Amino acid sequence: MNKLLEISNLSVVIAEDERVLVNDVSFAIEPGEAVGVVGESGSGKTLSALSILGLLARGLKIGSGEVKFQGDNLIQASDETLRKIRGNEIAMIYQDPMTALNPVMKLGDQLLEVLNSHENSIAKPREHVLEGLAAVGIPDPKRAFESYPHEFSGGMRQRVMIAMSLLLSPKLLIADEPTTALDVTIQRQILALVAKERRRRNMSMLWITHDLGVVANLVDRVIVMYAGRIVEVGTVKEIFNSPKHPYTVGLLASLPAADSSKDKLASIPGVPPKPWQVGDSCAFSPRCWKSEENCRSKRPELSDRSASAVACFFPEGSSR
Amino acid sequence: MKTVREKTWINYYFKSTSGIVGLFLVSVMITLSIVSAFSLAPIDPLEQNPISALQGPNSTYWFGTDQFGRDIFSRSIDGMRRSLSVAILSVSIAALVGVFLGVIGGLFGGWIDNIVVRSSDVIFAFPAILLALAIVNSLGNSWIDTSIAIAIVYTPIFIRVARGPVLTVKEMDYVKSVRVLGFSTPRILIRHLMPNVFAPIVVQIALSLSWAILTESGLSFLGLGTQPPDASLGLMVSEAQPLAAFAWWALAFPSIFITVVVVGLNLVGDGLRDALDPARRSSG
Amino acid sequence: MRFFNRIATVLTTLFGISIFVFIVLRVIPGDTITSSLGIETGVLTPEQIQSLREYYGIDKPLIGQYLSWITSFLSGDLGFSYSTGAPVWELTKPALLVTTQLALFGTILGVMMGVAVGMFSARKPGSARDFAGQFFGLLALAIPGFVLSTTIVTVMANRFQYFPNGYEYMTPVEDLSMNLQQMLFPSLVLGIAVAAPVMRTTRSALLETVDKDFVRTAYGKGVKPRIVRLRHVLRNSLIPIVTMTGIQFGYLLGGAVIVEKIFALPGMGRQILDAINKREYATVQSSIMVFAILFVTINIVTDWVYRKVDPRIK
Repeated sequence: MNKLLEISNLSVVIAEDERVLVNDVSFAIEPGEAVGVVGESGSGKTLSALSILGLLARGLKIGSGEVKFQGDNLIQASDETLRKIRGNEIAMIYQDPMTALNPVMKLGDQLLEVLNSHENSIAKPREHVLEGLAAVGIPDPKRAFESYPHEFSGGMRQRVMIAMSLLLSPKLLIADEPTTALDVTIQRQILALVAKERRRRNMSMLWITHDLGVVANLVDRVIVMYAGRIVEVGTVKEIFNSPKHPYTVGLLASLPAADSSKDKLASIPGVPPKPWQVGDSCAFSPRCWKSEENCRSKRPELSDRSASAVACFFPEGSSR
Repeated sequence: MKTVREKTWINYYFKSTSGIVGLFLVSVMITLSIVSAFSLAPIDPLEQNPISALQGPNSTYWFGTDQFGRDIFSRSIDGMRRSLSVAILSVSIAALVGVFLGVIGGLFGGWIDNIVVRSSDVIFAFPAILLALAIVNSLGNSWIDTSIAIAIVYTPIFIRVARGPVLTVKEMDYVKSVRVLGFSTPRILIRHLMPNVFAPIVVQIALSLSWAILTESGLSFLGLGTQPPDASLGLMVSEAQPLAAFAWWALAFPSIFITVVVVGLNLVGDGLRDALDPARRSSG
Repeated sequence: MRFFNRIATVLTTLFGISIFVFIVLRVIPGDTITSSLGIETGVLTPEQIQSLREYYGIDKPLIGQYLSWITSFLSGDLGFSYSTGAPVWELTKPALLVTTQLALFGTILGVMMGVAVGMFSARKPGSARDFAGQFFGLLALAIPGFVLSTTIVTVMANRFQYFPNGYEYMTPVEDLSMNLQQMLFPSLVLGIAVAAPVMRTTRSALLETVDKDFVRTAYGKGVKPRIVRLRHVLRNSLIPIVTMTGIQFGYLLGGAVIVEKIFALPGMGRQILDAINKREYATVQSSIMVFAILFVTINIVTDWVYRKVDPRIK
């Protein structure tokens, strides 16, 4: 099986004191497959994604593990090898469109920069960029080319970012909550846009979000993270129809349903622990309605590291 | 969150190497100045000894002698005493006046603030040396006159440093709401102001002291500060000019003294800045 | 509209400056001026003496004196120099050129050195190279200009027998090669003084920018590191660097006093110094006023440069 991306036992720690932020994360993405990673802030989902391209902030580092892209371990790759992959074979878009673009550089130049940084066979770079801008729904690509980021709204800037990431037809697109900072109508447009592009190019995608609802029509498989670890993995259907981990159940319950007559949204009481504070126990147990002695004294491991798994002693659908 | 005994800024200060080194250097200089102030130097800085003229550093004359046979070590510490005195006096005046004006301006706003800011801009418009020069020219050469001149030059920066936090505190939502409730203005402002204003002022004092020493020695180099035969670091450098080729010690030691105390004060300023910064992170 | 506001502020400041200069330099009792006018005016013609009287507003009340001076100044009459009989403006023009050239060279050198060392330090914050860079910055700040100058003069003149400043000063037009040689060391000394704050500013600006999201985006696109550092990090750190440069240039105009004296450059600083020593009040007063005007002008120019550098500022 030729997995496009294979992450094994990845851990991310604070450089200074080795406090763990992401703990033993493993998953894989097939070519053409879209995977969603869902979790609250602090769950480690963003950090896991940033680790792939080696974009962790100063002060953080990869503690252990492997990130294999098409067989090569990116963590051990040379700076130059990694650079050639970034923006080229793996591209990433980020959460805050207001700060993700260089404020003093024209948009056109920033887009061309991608093409100039990598060897490619695009005969007419400027045209290619203009086409890319049009494809993401920018109304006047020529004008946008000559404009600066501050002249555009958040939604527009995010479209530009998407265009920028797709210029060299990457095999994998990593999206870190790109719609969180935008309002709902724009969100839908962006999601539709990305979904369309993905299908068109048969591109793999890793989509990070805290909102389970977002991934429903977007991805094939879902990974649920909590306090720095993976707690459940499954297809979209499995996760939505028969969630196994109590946390996943809670997440689903907190989604506003279109036909719901409830005026209050259910939420899970309590707050997630910091990943490094979780000892030998289930991280979710303080908030879990099923929790027992066992849960507090032993850490549940993922039932198996394959397509569908859960890390719980008492998953839904089992005897309890 | 577990409770930890609150460390004061002094604890943090001693965590920074630069702070410690700086404090050490400055203390050495202060001690030497005190030695001089009480005339405890082994040799009288003014005593001339033509026979011993232009000797290199040796056991009697630790820093060597100048063309009049005067002991450069004693003159150096005497000069340091003068420079420090001028620096301390001038910065004290500048800080007191500047902070007062800055706080008044920030507090009352309106035309008072306008005058304060405009006046400080006017003084800011001049390079320090030039202004000090002009003022000393009018006032006179004594160390008090020099101190006043330097004080005037460095007052605006204290105005600016004090005014900023006052304006910020005034706008704090908490302060606004509490004022609405009728708490007396002075009380609120003192409680919220003091901590915010304290840090930048203390850091600025250390920095201004270092600038004041550079300005004072610059002035005496130009012949506008301490007059011969009294010793002043800048004057000594000026006097050493014709000798420097064959009596390097006459130039070197006063220069090193100035450099050391300025470096020390800057390091102290850095240490203070790191210790007092709420983020508690050093810039490195 | 903002433009007019700016002009108004500038004019108010200049006005304040003129008053300030007037006060500072008139702490001397008026008698001193009149008496020296009597004694030392040997070289001046009667018309010039009368003009000087106007300039000083002698025999008028204080306000009258001020107005007298300001009107003279604004109409181009900067007074006369007792010793040479020349109008101060004639003396000031060439001196101004010398000082401006010096300040310009010094600033350019200083910015080049400062930004280079700042970039060098910021690459690996907290490392040995960072420490070295900051240490040099500290030394550059702490060693007084007059010490550095004196040392250079001693070493160059005595050890290496090379001292272009020992010869008569040449303007660039007269003898470019000599002029540049004469400007070399003084510019270097001033440059070192400028480099210190510029380095600090550069370093902290770079460190702040490097953590910004768009830098991460640039790396994430696979842009070559050198280009990220220049086009993304440095370009966005420019504003504080430009501010600092403007400030330093202004200070150099005044701080050049000492360097001009040691290297025998006939600039404004030396002019003022000599005038003070010779009690040429008119020269001192006018020269300082000229300085202040220059300083304010530089601030305006710095502002203008901002607008070019950052397209966000309208």
